[in-house]
Amino acid sequence: MTTLTASPAGTSNSAGALRRGVLSRIIDKAGGGLVQLVLIVLALFWLLPTLGLLVVSLRADEDNNSTGWWTFFTKPAQLTFDNYSNLLASGFTASFWNTVAITVPATLLVIGFAAMAAYAFAWIEFPGRDALFMVVIALLVVPIQIALIPIAKMYGFLGIFGSIPGVVLFHVAFGLPFAIFLLRNFFVGIPKELLEAARMDGAAEWKIFATVVFPLAKPAVASLGIFQFLWVWNDLLVALVFADTEAQPMTKALQSQMRQFGTNVDILAPGAFLSLIIPLVLFFAFQRYFVQGLLAGSVK
Amino acid sequence: MASIVLRNVDKIYAGGVKAVNGLNLEIRDGEFMVLVGPSGCGKSTALRMVAGLEDISGGEILIGDRVVNHLPPKDRDIAMVFQNYALYPHMTVEENLAFGLKLRKMPKAEISKRVQEAAKMLGLEQYLKRKPAALSGGQRQRVAMGRAIVREPQAFLMDEPLSNLDAKLRVSMRASLNQMHERLGVTTVYVTHDQVEAMTLGDRVCVLRDGILQQVDTPQNLFESPVNLFVAGFMGSPSMNFVNAELVRDDAGAAVAFAGYKLPVPDSTFAEKPGLDAYLGKKLILGIRPSDFEDAASASGHSGGWAHIPTRAEVTEELGSEINVLFLIDAPPVEHRDTVAAQDTGDDEEGVLPLVGDKSLWTARVNARSHVRPGQSIELVVDTHNFHYFDTDSGLAIGHPANVGR
Repeated sequence: MTTLTASPAGTSNSAGALRRGVLSRIIDKAGGGLVQLVLIVLALFWLLPTLGLLVVSLRADEDNNSTGWWTFFTKPAQLTFDNYSNLLASGFTASFWNTVAITVPATLLVIGFAAMAAYAFAWIEFPGRDALFMVVIALLVVPIQIALIPIAKMYGFLGIFGSIPGVVLFHVAFGLPFAIFLLRNFFVGIPKELLEAARMDGAAEWKIFATVVFPLAKPAVASLGIFQFLWVWNDLLVALVFADTEAQPMTKALQSQMRQFGTNVDILAPGAFLSLIIPLVLFFAFQRYFVQGLLAGSVK
Repeated sequence: MASIVLRNVDKIYAGGVKAVNGLNLEIRDGEFMVLVGPSGCGKSTALRMVAGLEDISGGEILIGDRVVNHLPPKDRDIAMVFQNYALYPHMTVEENLAFGLKLRKMPKAEISKRVQEAAKMLGLEQYLKRKPAALSGGQRQRVAMGRAIVREPQAFLMDEPLSNLDAKLRVSMRASLNQMHERLGVTTVYVTHDQVEAMTLGDRVCVLRDGILQQVDTPQNLFESPVNLFVAGFMGSPSMNFVNAELVRDDAGAAVAFAGYKLPVPDSTFAEKPGLDAYLGKKLILGIRPSDFEDAASASGHSGGWAHIPTRAEVTEELGSEINVLFLIDAPPVEHRDTVAAQDTGDDEEGVLPLVGDKSLWTARVNARSHVRPGQSIELVVDTHNFHYFDTDSGLAIGHPANVGR
């Protein structure tokens, strides 16, 4: 809330007091209660589709076909877990595990490789370092679409087309530039003296990386991990191109349930909600790292 | 414990900047050596080369009897305290202290024994489980010290470890540092830009300027017989007063003449400073320490060798036990490159009086009993035995043993 109430006018010159935003003056008059009310309404509005999805996934197919999901407010008894049990009994669980098998390694590998590369880019001097880093930055702007066909051909040659490792590799390759960029910029912000102190204490490069730099980079690693996890978890394009039916993740499985006429809402809704719930849990588990400053107190 | 020897050490940065130039320095076993100089003089670079954090461009560095030029820091068996402490923020105080020992695969019992000992010595026992963020500046500073102590290294290297503390804490930490050195007797190299710290801490002090060693000696010797204008101006607070003067000899004996004053030069001075008589009838730069002045009214006991300077106090700084009297001398300020460099220390506490025009502002330190007020006339006496004479071109102290024959 502080960002709302402490308007930038507070730091500018005295004339700035007159030019304070209309919003902040309203907030001053109405007090914090109104602000909270507005925020709650906004949040609810944003959550509405997800809420609808949840309710739809908990209603029988025939109910969904006849009435809207909002009728559950007057008739809560119609809710049922049948859709979920049917879904779990079907082949959908295989695609869930495929998603996990793609997302977890794709995230961990990106974090691992990117952290090591970022450490080198930030703290080890080697010839051509800056030029190489520019190349990494340049890769940020390469859209994955242009690589789909060449890589598909290459995968065919290597014999990993359609398999989970193939999908994972693709995600790792395209996740790395941003990950390296993000972590490298975080690493250079770590005071040089910390690394030097570790060096004096007897740590070699690997030890410094593992015991000093990486633990300090937790906030950055956590945000990167969540981003990368979400991208891979929610990816459809790469899965459509590179994953066979046996290797298909949830997104592709759900997509294949789409029909031009009529719906499979009893499969789509719980499936979609299932694919939503894991990233949410993950986000809430790690979100404190977004706000936490781990470097506090290290150097004055 | 070991001695540290630097032989013709050079440091040339990319781009050709020579940060350290042919530095020769021997730090004896158990000695507390302070490297001091204005910012950019190469003192930190020299220290970092000893530590192994900077490559050595030329010459060699020995710790003990071992040439360490190409040894990584971890194999040099030295510990370093950084200006900003550089504590590991994700570890508790205890883990911070133990980190270096763990990396050396020391047995757990020995680690905890050493950590406990160091914590006791530094009064950190109740903070062992805390993280650095939950400590005050002084406590963090002590943890940084502790991290060096537990290692029991051959030598401590300290890079301005007190400069992030507030003034009062700095004084008390200075005392504890002295005590610690007494107790542990470990060879210590200490870098500072603060000449008061240098004087109070060092067994010997090494004054550097532009990467070149100026003088290494005990604080007292540096103060009493600086080798050149730079050292003279840099060491001592308030700093030495300089004036362009002429050395003359007439019927009354030798004297220095400047700004309408003619102060006698005792014969003993010529004996102490060989070569000074060659300057008779020539120009030189005269240096007088503020502490060699006294108020004539409150210094009744002095007779021989004290010359009188009647003047008017422009500004007085009362320090309780003493008063700094700032007064004007009717001579242009000495603008030798050395005196200018010495004033450029970055933390000059003395206020610069504007609009002194073509006159130089001198400082005299007189007894507080003087009770002199700004604007009042004051009769100063000055100890002519303690005059310092410098060559106007080279800036070298005339008759200093190191300069004879130079």
